[in-house]
Amino acid sequence: MSIIAVLTIIISSTLVYSAPLIFTSLGGTFSERAGIVNVGLEGIMVMGAFGAIVFNLTFAPALGSMTPWIASLVGGLVGIVFSAIHALATVTLRADHIISGTVINLLAPALAVFLVKVLYGKGQTDNIREQFGYYKVPGLNKIPVLGDILFTKASIPAFLAIVITFVSWYVLFKTRFGLRLRSVGENPQAADTLGINVYVLRYAGVLFSGLLGGIGGAVFAQSISVNFSASTIVGQGFIAMAAMIFGKWNPIGAMGASLFFGLAQSLAVIGAQLPGIENIPSIYLQVSPYVLTVVVLVCFLGKASAPKADGVNYIKSK
Amino acid sequence: MLKKLNLNSGMIPVISVVFGLILGAIIMLVFGYNPLNGYRSLFTSALGTPRSIGETLRQATPLIFTALGFSVANSAGFFNIGLSGQALCGWVASTWFALSNPDMPRFIMLPLAVLIGALAGAMAAAIPGVLRAFFGTSEVIVTIMLNYVFLYVGNHLLHNVFSREIMTSMDSTKKIGANATLRADWLTDLAGGSRLNLGIFFALIGLVIVWFLMKKTTLGFEIRGVGINPYASEYAGISSKRTIILSMIISGALAGLGGVIEGLGTFENFFAQGASLSIGYDGMAVSLLGSGSAIGILLAALLFSVLKIGSAGMNIAGIPPEIVNVVIASIIFFVGVKYLIQLILSKRPARKVKDNPKDKVVISEGGEL
Repeated sequence: MSIIAVLTIIISSTLVYSAPLIFTSLGGTFSERAGIVNVGLEGIMVMGAFGAIVFNLTFAPALGSMTPWIASLVGGLVGIVFSAIHALATVTLRADHIISGTVINLLAPALAVFLVKVLYGKGQTDNIREQFGYYKVPGLNKIPVLGDILFTKASIPAFLAIVITFVSWYVLFKTRFGLRLRSVGENPQAADTLGINVYVLRYAGVLFSGLLGGIGGAVFAQSISVNFSASTIVGQGFIAMAAMIFGKWNPIGAMGASLFFGLAQSLAVIGAQLPGIENIPSIYLQVSPYVLTVVVLVCFLGKASAPKADGVNYIKSK
Repeated sequence: MLKKLNLNSGMIPVISVVFGLILGAIIMLVFGYNPLNGYRSLFTSALGTPRSIGETLRQATPLIFTALGFSVANSAGFFNIGLSGQALCGWVASTWFALSNPDMPRFIMLPLAVLIGALAGAMAAAIPGVLRAFFGTSEVIVTIMLNYVFLYVGNHLLHNVFSREIMTSMDSTKKIGANATLRADWLTDLAGGSRLNLGIFFALIGLVIVWFLMKKTTLGFEIRGVGINPYASEYAGISSKRTIILSMIISGALAGLGGVIEGLGTFENFFAQGASLSIGYDGMAVSLLGSGSAIGILLAALLFSVLKIGSAGMNIAGIPPEIVNVVIASIIFFVGVKYLIQLILSKRPARKVKDNPKDKVVISEGGEL
């Protein structure tokens, strides 16, 4: 196998596996920058995947090849609705963030499978027909070497995720909204004194995480699992959370970490085809994202990285 | 004010359960099912025959252990989401040991297998404990990550390391021998042929021991002290590092025992796992509902077991049994938003007590996230 062929396989599958992680870890970044810890990303992805698959199965005949894109937006909307539970619990009702997030994770698969059974009479949906595939990018695929590796079997959702990463970075660090969002995650008392509505911004942060997490779930379901069942999303939300931490609560860092975890995940899947890697027992590749996260947390992460008021409920004094 | 709050907080679990059941009923109504039929069928399936009562008690056994594990760590301010992984370690270790020594006499085998399972859980939990104590690493993330590591390692051991002689197929081991099983004929007969086993007595003893440990010993006092205020405890001469690690080791050992019950009692073998063990998250839910107290955990474990075992009854009533997990999640939701319930119970919001969010971090958050 030529080096270019190997690189093409690795990069294209890395991008496919990274895209959902990028979207979701960006979502997590928004939520935690606003001071709300979101362990519920996993559950949000489940609901996004569920919404997208149901929409895809229902509207594919009418919408054709546009279906997965619109279905991803629908997944994002479902994610917003679902994340509103977390926002309500943590921002308004002062619940512990971890408990609320765990509730989200317990609730999502149960509710989604319940609804699948109500809708289809069985625990697993049919496979969708319109899915995210590989695209040849016209023009760019003519670039020597690079065109072959990046643009002949390209994953458009991944490219979109990378674009959204930079947009998110701009929003968080260069706009007034971003500054305010970060301020309620660092010091809500001070932000409140300056007339910033802490509650509204924290809601915004969590709902953003719902949108992006839902899209993440939708992209995963429509490019990797192509159906929905209880085992569609198993741990991707947690990996995305790890990517966000790995990336030090910065969108670009989160994207980098997501790409890295995507590579690790895809190696576990495609490793058998690759020279040099096929001899590594798959167990090492399977556990590597998780072990690396722990190692990174221990070795490279100072205590001060998280937003100061992350996980702290803000209770307005009279 | 404080007294009133305490009274109210005893009501919170009860109200949460009622709200959870009502929410489940509403969802059933919305989708055109009859909730009365559903709940009736649920309770008959869980409690209708000696066999179903046996199964309900059997289900409660590992939940009591994982819930106790969660509560010990939680008392030290440590949020142990890794119960699933720790229980899995206990399950794999005890079953492996039992299968590898089929000829060991029962009075040596059983205590050893149980002990090894508890040790495996304790070691699994010591990792996040040590990391938290010495590096300040968030135990929430570490335990979640380790759940996946243990899940894959467990399956890897099963597929690639276990000797072929103790396997029946690629995905499952043989049954453990009579020298290691927790099942007893008289219990099985009493409970109509269910999988109820001696573990239930271990669990009851465990409840008493943990209650004693936490309320009557110096170590328990130190664990609670560190949970309430690590800085004050340190000032009073309690090593918070040592206490955090010890509380995690105890927590993991208890979770490991939950896994031992599954391995030596419920299933009597080990088989490939597709996802984290549900007794982990359910145990956490049980502990939250039972507010971490011994009697609360016992009652909450029984309630959740009724719901879990009764979910088959939902199926009989033509309702997708997943509704039961929706109910369980909503119960924990209502426990989590106790502020809402406190608001409803007392006209005066319970605001003064928790005015300082800094205290909140110390009490309920594990570490830096």
